[in-house]
Amino acid sequence: MPTLVENTGQSKVSAIHELGRADFISVRDFNFFYGKKQSLFDINMDIPEKQVTAFIGPSGCGKSTLLRNFNRMNELIEGVHHSGEIQLVGKSIFDRNVEVIALRRTIGMVFQKSNPFPKSIYENVVYALRISGQTKKSLLDDCVERSLRGAALWDEVKDRLHESALGLSGGQMQRLCIARAIANRPKVLLMDEPCSALDPIATVKVEELIRELKQEFTIIIVTHNMQQATRCSDRTAFFYLGKLVEYDNTHKIFSNPSEKKTEDYITGRFG
Amino acid sequence: MDTIGTHSLDFFKTDKHEASRALSRSLKNRFLTLLCIALSLATLVPLVSIVILVLKNGLPLLSRHIFTELPPAAGMAGGGFGNAIIGTLVMVGIGLAIAAPVGILSAIYINEYAPISRLAKTVRLVAKLLTGIPSIICGVFAFAIVVMRTGYFSAYAGGVALAVLMLPTILLTAEQALTGVQSAYREASYGLGATRFQTIIRVVLPDALPAIMTGIMLAVARAAGETAPLIFTALFSQYWANSLSEPTASLSVLIYNFSTVPFPHQIQMAWTASLVLVAFVTAANIIAQTAFSRKH
Amino acid sequence: MSAPDPDSQPIADFKSRPDLFRLLCQAAAALAVLTLGWILYEIIYGAWPSINKFGWNFLATAAWVPNREKFGVLPFIIGTVASSGIAILLAFPLGISIAIFLNENFLARPVRQTVRFVVEMLASIPSVVYGLWGIFVVIPLVKGFGDWATVHLSGVPIFSGPAYGNSLLTASIVLAIMILPTITAISRNSLSAVPHTLREGAYALGATRWEAILGVIVPSAAPGLVAATILALGRAMGETMAVAMLIGNSSRLSWSILSPSGTLAGLLANQFGEATGMQVNSLMYAALILVLITLLVNLAGEAILRYTQKKTAGIH
Ligand SMILES: Nc1ncnc2c1ncn2[C@@H]1O[C@H](COP(=O)(O)OP(=O)(O)OP(=O)(O)O)[C@@H](O)[C@H]1O
Ligand SMILES: [Mg+2]
Repeated sequence: MPTLVENTGQSKVSAIHELGRADFISVRDFNFFYGKKQSLFDINMDIPEKQVTAFIGPSGCGKSTLLRNFNRMNELIEGVHHSGEIQLVGKSIFDRNVEVIALRRTIGMVFQKSNPFPKSIYENVVYALRISGQTKKSLLDDCVERSLRGAALWDEVKDRLHESALGLSGGQMQRLCIARAIANRPKVLLMDEPCSALDPIATVKVEELIRELKQEFTIIIVTHNMQQATRCSDRTAFFYLGKLVEYDNTHKIFSNPSEKKTEDYITGRFG
Repeated sequence: MDTIGTHSLDFFKTDKHEASRALSRSLKNRFLTLLCIALSLATLVPLVSIVILVLKNGLPLLSRHIFTELPPAAGMAGGGFGNAIIGTLVMVGIGLAIAAPVGILSAIYINEYAPISRLAKTVRLVAKLLTGIPSIICGVFAFAIVVMRTGYFSAYAGGVALAVLMLPTILLTAEQALTGVQSAYREASYGLGATRFQTIIRVVLPDALPAIMTGIMLAVARAAGETAPLIFTALFSQYWANSLSEPTASLSVLIYNFSTVPFPHQIQMAWTASLVLVAFVTAANIIAQTAFSRKH
Repeated sequence: MSAPDPDSQPIADFKSRPDLFRLLCQAAAALAVLTLGWILYEIIYGAWPSINKFGWNFLATAAWVPNREKFGVLPFIIGTVASSGIAILLAFPLGISIAIFLNENFLARPVRQTVRFVVEMLASIPSVVYGLWGIFVVIPLVKGFGDWATVHLSGVPIFSGPAYGNSLLTASIVLAIMILPTITAISRNSLSAVPHTLREGAYALGATRWEAILGVIVPSAAPGLVAATILALGRAMGETMAVAMLIGNSSRLSWSILSPSGTLAGLLANQFGEATGMQVNSLMYAALILVLITLLVNLAGEAILRYTQKKTAGIH
């Protein structure tokens, strides 16, 4: 039995990027329903560890729906149900033994619209630690600095950690939300159109950040921006009408897609 | 190499300390949910108690005579409160006749003519503040401007007090009703060359009418149940009123007067009057809701 | 209007006529504004002799003996503040709970709608009916509790005996029920105005439902909850009939919540009908104090509510 390796942030970021497991997350015959309306059909895919996987596809094709199943956020909506399986490192996330609040700590999420809590920057970052009962100040301080550095925000806010997070700019708020998500030391980071509300400069910063973060996290990002997908993802999945049409290396998808639909979409012929 | 081992799968309950911590969090969560549900359902208790008592104590005396006869003298049996029902209706009517035009016209001014003027802002603020003024102050005001000037208690005085009470409700709901009218209608009307007056009368008001009626019914419901503004403006009367300028009975003051006397029959009558009053107020509220739903 | 021939119609009639309807509306609006000033004017005018005679002492004196022309409203001010304060203490936890309950999906929608309907019904029951109900239901309960408390909790000043049914506690309990709809409605509004994304953010970080509610949603709605409480306080202070029927209307000062007390509104309700001379002026003075207190409280509540709306408008 191999020993349990603690992932310490800084050491890993500088560490050589080792290739992880190819089926870190695996989706099997997954169907999803909002009430009677089916919005995902027989999805099968393996998402590799420590790589960036992009979900693309026209609006309403089910990208967010699938993404929000990975941390079971969809359970908050009344009347939903699913069939099939989603596994994280070989274990079902729907298993009865799974504590959903612990699952959500393992799989962090960043939303389309940044949603900092109306608290100080500091309190936003340590929120997850606080709710899991951590009170040791030195540990919290460490976490704040490490996470904010991780989200490339430290230098901009280090002098006003105790001011309200609502005073930040849009791009800063989004990076704060990323910091808040990685403070939890998750294994996976889900990002649903994280840049759609940001200006180009802030977008570049977040994209750089994503490339950095994949040293440590498995990242899944939903995006409507083709350039963004090519710039920062390793693999790309194209969805259409709730089905997974094509899933391959990003380079392959954008240079030589095997499906006509994919080609039409990325060349802007529809959607 | 088995890569599973390198990941601490902490979403499975593996760590003992972690598991007990998660358990206590989820127990706390459960407890708060139950507490919240219990407290919320506890509100049923007073309402159910009031409804049951009003029905139980009010129904025995409920008969046709209640509506046609005069209140019994102290310690006497029989009788009714026909004069109080009429008095309530008359005074609410007087209040409405004053408050409705002022309220609706003000609402038209602040919504159609000058929505961002200083007057409009002041009207909104004053209306909000008037809703917060204790109802008994409306009585004090009517006492000062009617009773003290004329020298006697009267239905007029009661009506004026109720008008002040109703004004803010009518004004604010009418303004909301007017805001709810799509501006496309107005523009279409102006586009056809209508004047502002024509647009308001022919397009805006008809569209807003159901919602305005809602406000009026809500105001009526509230005014009918109020006692404080009437208690020293209209006072009370054992007899049928001959004019609007004499002390006038009302249901709510009757309840107040009879609830504090030591005669069981009178107390029973207070319950019956409560039943009638609650029925009337509830009916007015229901009409208000349904009149409103017609709009959508 | 007959359809005019477009060609024969003059291009436009640019002459603007005075809009009489506009003037009428403007007059009505002015009247509405003046009402508040007029109310204040009449009350001050009526109170003037008493203001002249008693000045500030009126507020600090604990005597109300009309036939000896001794007037002071201190006990009634204290009674007003105490009864509405206790009512808030009772109603606040309940009202916030209900608001949270209505904003969450603990139970099926029909149950939530029922609770909502019940709270709305509570708002529509006339004050005198609460008074009548209080006489026959709450007074015996409080009397029973008071008899027990004066024996077993006799060391505590607020439970010192003897216990009465017509007491501060009785009035406060009924007041709490009466202001519950106000607290609930405003709190519910401010809770549901909290953006859904904040809740999702908390859940995504592994918060339980109540950690999200208490740690994120309630703090975001806090100004609205404060405003709800303040506006409810204003209502409680001005509430007249139920209090007048239940509180005992005494001008004696006492520490015990089990003994009779009095409020400004109750004083007016009880004495205005038969008052003469300086008593009328003094009652007007008392009315003035009541108006000023409630206006102040309501202004504060409105200001907070406005501030909240501005702030949440920024978040959305
Ligand atoms: N809460 C919901 N209730 C019912 N149907 C929903 C809900 N959320 C999404 N849907 C439906 O599910 C389908 C997939 O939606 P989803 O949000 O996953 O699309 P998307 O690919 O993320 O689109 P976008 O690019 O616009 O974000 C859509 O048809 C949508 O209407
Ligand atoms: Mg989406």
